[in-house]
Amino acid sequence: MADLKQQIIAQLNLKDLKPEDIGDDQPLFVEGLGLDSIDALELIVLLQQEYKIKLANAEEGQDVFRSVRTMAQYIREHQPKTV
Amino acid sequence: MLLLNDKTGSDTTGFLLSAYKYFNVDYPKFYKMDNLCKLGFLSVELLLEGRRIAEEYSPETVGIVLSNANSSLDADLNYFQTVKNIPSPAQFVYTLPNIVIGEISIRHHCKGENAFFVNDRFDAGFMQFYVQDLFGRKRINACISGWVECLGEEYKAAVYLVENRPGKEALPFNIDHIHQIYEIANGEING
Repeated sequence: MADLKQQIIAQLNLKDLKPEDIGDDQPLFVEGLGLDSIDALELIVLLQQEYKIKLANAEEGQDVFRSVRTMAQYIREHQPKTV
Repeated sequence: MLLLNDKTGSDTTGFLLSAYKYFNVDYPKFYKMDNLCKLGFLSVELLLEGRRIAEEYSPETVGIVLSNANSSLDADLNYFQTVKNIPSPAQFVYTLPNIVIGEISIRHHCKGENAFFVNDRFDAGFMQFYVQDLFGRKRINACISGWVECLGEEYKAAVYLVENRPGKEALPFNIDHIHQIYEIANGEING
């Protein structure tokens, strides 16, 4: 999850943060990291660019982007298998 | 009056980040802005240092009128680069010049009239006319105004605050003084 946190920091330009500043279960939006709707779109881009994962529908986002842990779990479950 | 015209040779992004840190501004959203917004944001941050403009005036009467020559072309080109791969939403939102007005408005709680004009060159006569007209129609009591330009490694900001209250060091709001502010930033007059 440390790699994923680093990717989130880079993708969202959160230059004041270090991976250890983001709790595994800390909410990413509103009361947590305070991300906004544009950040949500950037997280979708991150999944596509880094993990070749496309969200099946936008409504999934609320659950997927709840925390770093839920993101990591989604990636594990949906990452294309490599031979 | 604020002058911000770096000639140290550092690149635009580096200069703006250095300025942000040097002036000890604490505003994490700064990192997400495009360079035009960073330049406008920092310029107004220094212009209004020690002031609480939205408390001194009703927020609905604090206007912002800015101009430049290249609109948001700097952000447009950066966004275009991402289109070749996956378009970046974070870069797309800065592909309008008036976004810099939005960032300044959020920071300083300004809710008055605003406009961003694109001209080949700084037009002091037009800026004076437009802002004066807003005052004349009692739409605003204060106005952040000036030139905020950024394209690649070329950038310049010359901003000033116009108020309808007399101030100790205030200059009369006329074309000559606007010219003077811009020309000092342009290096044409030793300020």
